[in-house]
Amino acid sequence: MRKIFIVAGKELKSYFISPVAYVVLGAFTLIMGWFYFNLVARFIQLSKIYELFRRPDILMRMNLNDMVIQPLFYNMTVILIILTPIVTMRLLAEEKNSYTDELILTSPISTWQIVLGKFLGAFIFFLIMVAITAIFMIELFAYSNPRPEFGPVVSGYLGIILMGASFLAVGIFTSSLTKNQIVAAVSSFLILLMFYVINIISPSVNSKTLSEILDYLSLIKQFEDFGKGLIDLRNVVYYLSFITIGLFFTKLSLDSLRWR
Amino acid sequence: MIEVKELTKKYGDFVAVDNISFNVEKGHILGFLGPNGAGKTTTMRILTTYMPPTSGTAIIDGHDILEAPDEVRKRVGYLPENPPLYNDLTVEEYLRYVGKLKGLPKGKLNERLEYVIETVGLKEKYRSVIATLSKGYRQRVGIAQAIIHDPSVVILDEPTIGLDPNQVIEVRRLIRGLAGSHTVILSTHILSEVTNTCDDVVIIHRGKIVAADSIEALTTKGEGVIRYRVRVKFPEKVDSGQVESEFDFVKDVDVNPHTGEVMLTVDRDENIDRVAEYFVNSGAGLLEFAPMATTLEEIFTRLTIQ
Ligand SMILES: Nc1ncnc2c1ncn2[C@@H]1O[C@H](COP(=O)(O)OP(=O)(O)O)[C@@H](O)[C@H]1O
Ligand SMILES: [Mg+2]
Repeated sequence: MRKIFIVAGKELKSYFISPVAYVVLGAFTLIMGWFYFNLVARFIQLSKIYELFRRPDILMRMNLNDMVIQPLFYNMTVILIILTPIVTMRLLAEEKNSYTDELILTSPISTWQIVLGKFLGAFIFFLIMVAITAIFMIELFAYSNPRPEFGPVVSGYLGIILMGASFLAVGIFTSSLTKNQIVAAVSSFLILLMFYVINIISPSVNSKTLSEILDYLSLIKQFEDFGKGLIDLRNVVYYLSFITIGLFFTKLSLDSLRWR
Repeated sequence: MIEVKELTKKYGDFVAVDNISFNVEKGHILGFLGPNGAGKTTTMRILTTYMPPTSGTAIIDGHDILEAPDEVRKRVGYLPENPPLYNDLTVEEYLRYVGKLKGLPKGKLNERLEYVIETVGLKEKYRSVIATLSKGYRQRVGIAQAIIHDPSVVILDEPTIGLDPNQVIEVRRLIRGLAGSHTVILSTHILSEVTNTCDDVVIIHRGKIVAADSIEALTTKGEGVIRYRVRVKFPEKVDSGQVESEFDFVKDVDVNPHTGEVMLTVDRDENIDRVAEYFVNSGAGLLEFAPMATTLEEIFTRLTIQ
């Protein structure tokens, strides 16, 4: 356990030494801020219009959860699909590039400890990214009347965290396959994109089972309930399995370099 | 301290290390000498548990590399061919990280850090970012990480390659200083490195051990054979095949028809007068018959360049 934290600590430190971390954090904050600003602006604009037209029935149905918070979470998943590969690309590719794989693989640390340590380091960095968006939520709760519901915010964040961790698990795996960070990032992005949109063809698939399987595999389909405010154990299990499989493949990939 | 037992490594069909066995005594420095591609790096990677052998094994400080790799890892410090450095960290951050990876407890870590920095001469670069260091300093950081956890065995793969002459002297002095308290294997393709720094030598060529002994023994007795240089007036009268068949203790007879030089290897020197007699009687006109001074250089050349 201690070894995992040692590796995670080093990874986290390396993030903040390199400019990449600041670029990722900055880009993420800016883009999320921009989405947030637009969603809120549209909400205010619509409220004003319906007030002008004296439509209290529509005004009653308008709420921040559906019109700002939920779309914001969906926007976040799209941005994360682009940014998490950049967060993970360095993790193992760099070890081969700087010949430090020979150091780490001849140290008294197990392959699982290496993989989990690296994953944990990236996960903490990712949590910092996501935590920044809490500013928007705090603002919504502080200045809106009526207030949005709290439940969907919690479930949404839980879904984002599970989904983000799944993204990281794919990224760490592709990073273990190459010493070229760009190749690692691009292949991670492509795999994620495939899992993200895999259910797009499911309506046109004849077989009902196949279409259900495609829906089940889709990273975004599994997020729907979280977005609505539901925490379903099946969705949680899906993401946890996704993460486990990603990390397991990473371990296998490292083991093929090492042994035992 | 180190027992290598019938180690073999194949890359596909290619045999990179071919059934090698040798021992290193506690506190000794062993020079692992061989030309490029001989299999030095491969052997060291197996001893440090970076990769498994195809067959055979090794016991390091009492632990089998196959059965207890983690015990071996705790006891071995390793400097690979390319120093394994994280360029974004400072020397201090890096050495602390390696120390923790190797399992040093916190209190001990500070103590070792101080000692190692002092030993390898990194004091003024302690807070520098590794990316900014010169080749010589990078190599020192590489050696520092190999000894940070006070391993009983230190394995160094071509530790002086790419350094300038002054740095080479520094690093050799440093390695010499490790003897006694550490058992060291260092690989090199440079002979003087072995004669200057090592107690024992193993010469490897195309994956096979061609000589293994102490430096002293190897240079004085030339591992039991002596090369002679014979000069004759009429080299065309010397039939190398006949010489070899006449005397079963004579090998590798080379006749140079232009210079009149005949080189031959004789197993035991008590028979040497019979060979000399043969040359006298052959009518080739014996001019000179002299044993060649066997330096390590020569043994190396003879054993590896064929
Ligand atoms: N990973 C590998 N795959 C295939 N062949 C290899 C590999 N590593 C080394 N070799 C080959 O094995 C031989 C020994 O290499 P090496 O152990 O690096 O020699 P040295 O360190 O003595 O120069 C060389 O011919 C080299 O080309
Ligand atoms: Mg080598």
